[in-house]
Amino acid sequence: MRIYALAVYLFLYIPIGIIALFSFNAGRHASQFQGFSTQWYGKALSNPFVMDAFQTSLSVALASAVLATLFGTMAALALQSVSGRLRLAFDALIYIAVMVPGIVIGIATLIALVTLFGWLNPILVAIWPFAAKAPQLSLGYGSLIAAHGLFAMALVIIIVRARMAGMDRSLIEASADLGATPWGTFRQVTLPQIFPGILAGFLLAFTFSFDDFIIAFFVAGSQTTLPVYVFSSIRRGVTPEINAIGTMVLAVSLMMLIAAQAILQRGHKAA
Amino acid sequence: MESNLKPSSETEDAPIAELREASKHYGAVVAADGLNLSIRRGEFLSFLGPSGCGKTTALRMLAGFEAPTSGDILLDGQRVNEVPPHRRPVNMVFQHYALFPHLTVAQNIAYGLRQRRPRPAEGEIARAVDRALETVRLPGFGPRRIWEMSGGQQQRVALARAIINQPKLLLLDEPMAALDKKLRRDMQIELQTLQRSLGITFILVTHDQEEALSMSDRVCIMRSGRIVQMGSPRKLYDRPASRYVADFVGKSNFFSGRVTAVEAGRTELAAAGGHLIAGGAPVEIAMGQTASASLRPEQIALHRKGAGGNTLPVTVINRIFLGEHTEYLVRNTDLGEFLVLVSRQAEAIEGEFEPGDQALASWQDGAALILGDD
Repeated sequence: MRIYALAVYLFLYIPIGIIALFSFNAGRHASQFQGFSTQWYGKALSNPFVMDAFQTSLSVALASAVLATLFGTMAALALQSVSGRLRLAFDALIYIAVMVPGIVIGIATLIALVTLFGWLNPILVAIWPFAAKAPQLSLGYGSLIAAHGLFAMALVIIIVRARMAGMDRSLIEASADLGATPWGTFRQVTLPQIFPGILAGFLLAFTFSFDDFIIAFFVAGSQTTLPVYVFSSIRRGVTPEINAIGTMVLAVSLMMLIAAQAILQRGHKAA
Repeated sequence: MESNLKPSSETEDAPIAELREASKHYGAVVAADGLNLSIRRGEFLSFLGPSGCGKTTALRMLAGFEAPTSGDILLDGQRVNEVPPHRRPVNMVFQHYALFPHLTVAQNIAYGLRQRRPRPAEGEIARAVDRALETVRLPGFGPRRIWEMSGGQQQRVALARAIINQPKLLLLDEPMAALDKKLRRDMQIELQTLQRSLGITFILVTHDQEEALSMSDRVCIMRSGRIVQMGSPRKLYDRPASRYVADFVGKSNFFSGRVTAVEAGRTELAAAGGHLIAGGAPVEIAMGQTASASLRPEQIALHRKGAGGNTLPVTVINRIFLGEHTEYLVRNTDLGEFLVLVSRQAEAIEGEFEPGDQALASWQDGAALILGDD
C-alpha cells in the first residue's frame, strides 16, 4: 500500500520536479542537463512578452480576487440567515461551481459573454448620444476578471462559511448584550473572527486566477495571461525559459497556498 | 418631597423587573408558560429547575435575546418587549463566558464602555477596567490574552466585563457549570459577597440546587415552563408546596398513599402495608386523594429497640460515612428503601449499624409533610 502510494506521488510530482530542475539548466535542451545556471530566469524576466503577460495575470488575479473576496464574504454572511430549500439550492450551486471542469466553465462563459455582447452592442450603438463612435463590449480584461471572479467567489464562500461555522454564536449575543449595535457587533466581533477565512479566501482566489489556463484561454480575447503565453510558446518547443516561467508560477502559487493554510491554522488556534 | 419628583418606578420598593404572563412558544413547544414574577431591587434571585424547564428562556427574555410570544417584560416599570438587547441596561455572564478571543482581557472588559455614546475618554475607561479587575481579584491581568487564562480566571473576566456597565440586572446563565467543584464553591461565596457589595440585582439560572439554595435570597423553582414555587431557600426546604419541590430542594424520602384524615394542622396518609403517616400539609389536600408523605433523611432516627407511633422496622442495606453524619440506606418490607441520616451524637448512643442489622426507624410527630403528587 505504501509503495503504491509512493508510486502515485512520484508519478504526480516527478514531471513538476523535472520542470523545476531543467529551469536551472545551463544548456538550451529540455532533455539534457548541462550544468547549473539561472540564466533562463534572467532571460524570462527580460522578455517583454513574458513581462507583459505577467502583468496581465497579476492585475487580473488581483482584481478578480478582490471582487471574489468582497462578494463571496457578503454572500457567506447573507447565507447565514437563509435556511430550508433555498439554502440547499444555494449550497448545491456553490459546490457545482467548484466541481464543474474548467473547460465546461470556459466554453460556457465564452458563449454566454459573446451572446450577451451580441445583444448589448447594437443597443449601445442605438442609444449612444455623442458623435464619436459608440464603445463596443468585447472579450479582454473585463471578461477575464468577471469569469475568474465569479468562480473564485464560490471558493471564498465555502472558506468563509467554514470559518463562520466554527465561530461561537454566543460571541455575537455577548456583544449585543454589552451594548454594541448590529453594525458595531459586525465590525468588532464578526469581522475579526472570520478575517482569517476572508484572507485565506483571497489568497486562494488569487491563486485560482493566477494559475488558470483553461478559462483564460477562452475568454481572454486579445489579452495574454502568463499560462496562456506558456501554452502558446510550448508549440514552438519546450525551452528552459518556459521551465523557468513555470517554476516561478508554481512558486508563487505554492507560497499563496501555504500562506492561506497557515492563516487558517492560526485563526483556528486563536478561536 | 423628592419621591414626588421621581417616577414611581424609581422608588425603593418598586420591582426592578417584572414578567407578566410572559410566554414563549417555539412552534408547538412551550418553553415558558405564563410566567409571573416580580424581581426586587438588589436581590439575588435564582431560577432552579432541570434542563428544559424554561429557566434559560426566562433569562433570555429579560436579556432581550427572546421576545415573549405573549405577555410583557418590564424593566424599571417600562415595557421592554421590543427593546433589542443592546439597548437594555442588563448584562449577562454566559455559560461558556463568550469572551472575545481576539481581544485582551482589558479590551474584553472595556468592551461595554466603548459602545457608549458619547464614548468615555480612554483614561476613564482604563481606570474603570483597573477597578473592575481589582473587584474580581485579577489585578494586573489586563494585557493577557483570553486563552492564557484558566477557566476560573475566564469566569472572573466575564464577570468584570458585565459589572463594569453597572447594569440594572446581572444575568448569570449557569456560570459555574464549567468549573470544578472546589473552584465552584469558592466562586459561589465570591459571587455572593460581590452581589452584596455592588448592590446590583443578580439573577442566576442553575440546575444545581445546592448552588441556588446557598447563594440566593429567593429561589424560583420551575418545571415545564412554569413557576412551581417561589420563596426563600429556607421556606422552600421547610414548606415545599409539592412533592416535586421537596424532591428538588434537598434530599427527601417519599411514601405514596391515600389521604385518610384531614384535621386542623394534621393530615394523615395511609401508605403501603397500612402504615399511617401523619404530618402537616403546606397546601391543602382533600380526603381520599393520592399524595406523598415526605420525610427528610435527617428527620428519621435509627434505634436498636423501642416502640410507639411513627416507627418502622427496617433492615440496614448500606452505609455511607459522610464525616459528621452517616447516611444509611434501609429497607422496610412494605415501604421499600429510604435514606436515614444519623449524626455522630446519635451514633454515640446507639452505636454503628452494620449492613444486615435489624433496626427501628422513627420520627417525631409532625415531622412528615403530606404533599400533592404533581
